[in-house]
Amino acid sequence: MAEIIGGITTSHIPAVGNAITDGLTQEHYWKRFFDGYKPVKAWLEEKQPDLVIVVYNDHGLNFFLDKVPTFAIGCADKYENADEGWGLKPTAPFDGDAPFSWHVAESLINQEFDMCTCQEMLVDHGFVNPMRVLFGDHEEWPIKAIPLAVNTVQHPLPSARRCFKLGQALKVAVESYPEDMKVVIAGTGGMSHQLQGERAGMINVDYDLACIESIINNPEWFADQSNSHIIEQAGTEGIETIMWMVMRGALGEKVNCLHKHYHAPISNTGAGVLLLEGAG
Amino acid sequence: MNWQEHEYDNIPGSYVFDGKRAHSAYALNKLFYSFNEESCRRDFDADPAAYCDKFGLNEEQKKLVLNQDFLGVLRSGANIYYMAKFAIPRGMSVQDAGAAFQGITGDEFREKLLEKREGLEERLEKEGGYWNG
Repeated sequence: MAEIIGGITTSHIPAVGNAITDGLTQEHYWKRFFDGYKPVKAWLEEKQPDLVIVVYNDHGLNFFLDKVPTFAIGCADKYENADEGWGLKPTAPFDGDAPFSWHVAESLINQEFDMCTCQEMLVDHGFVNPMRVLFGDHEEWPIKAIPLAVNTVQHPLPSARRCFKLGQALKVAVESYPEDMKVVIAGTGGMSHQLQGERAGMINVDYDLACIESIINNPEWFADQSNSHIIEQAGTEGIETIMWMVMRGALGEKVNCLHKHYHAPISNTGAGVLLLEGAG
Repeated sequence: MNWQEHEYDNIPGSYVFDGKRAHSAYALNKLFYSFNEESCRRDFDADPAAYCDKFGLNEEQKKLVLNQDFLGVLRSGANIYYMAKFAIPRGMSVQDAGAAFQGITGDEFREKLLEKREGLEERLEKEGGYWNG
């Protein structure tokens, strides 16, 4: 049977990808942030998962505002990265696993999460940068990857609690797949940041650390918060942190925290890295 | 037509991108979305006014785009991620845009962000359990 062996959280901002491309990861500004991934990379190296489900939001590459699915899942064998308007060179394509995706989609829909199923899905920096920071750059990626997109761009958005429940359903979906497979869930984005308006540049370290503690030990605290409250505390774009709740829901009631890392600022954001294992 | 009010409308200095903004700025965001294609970026650069007309921008939005008034563009309903497709290739990072919103320079904006790092490691040490190098 397929098994969820752990959950990871990570930033997905464009500046992270640019720092990797430009070879800046050991520069003073970036070093502490990137070094904080080493234990996660060592764990991935040791555990050799077969597949990662990357929970992220599309920023206007695959989805335009004409059709915005609240939750969408890639159901293809391959996912391409593409130009988001900045003229950057796309990464190598990512191998998916269509039968696995369709199983997960069917199970989620049977559990009343009405997923948008995508047989073509361009993946943007929200998906690509977590892959690059966790696995390095490759012409052939060492792991299969499935994009799971959450709308955090055009309100109304799903609530933190809804994301948590999606994660709980995702656990049932993955663990009912008959093939032996080690699966990791990556919750990406966040933490506090605001790119727009007079409040641009806000970072709320206190709130970020409270979210980290909640996600590890008491997800109900974060699940109870309204999106308006989260925006007030974490910024208009900091709302992305709700996607971590999909990862957290997929790990079960209690978790062991194997690694906890926080850094600010990374570009405009507070950045949190967690490595969690389900503990029943 | 009455737009419903939301709690988030009252957060100072914040423009939450919801149905109201998405509706009023649909053509504007659609124009920016087209910039994912390099050929569209070239078409825009060749004749910006005609390109705006092709997407049906109203006169006010057209003026904002032609003047590269990034702040005006945001206030008129552009989504920040879509605006980035317009601004970044023209040398304005999202940090520069954020700075302009506050009437400070990009460097001042980045300096203010860097203040968040001061005392951070000691703070995390006190919290406990955080990786610290």
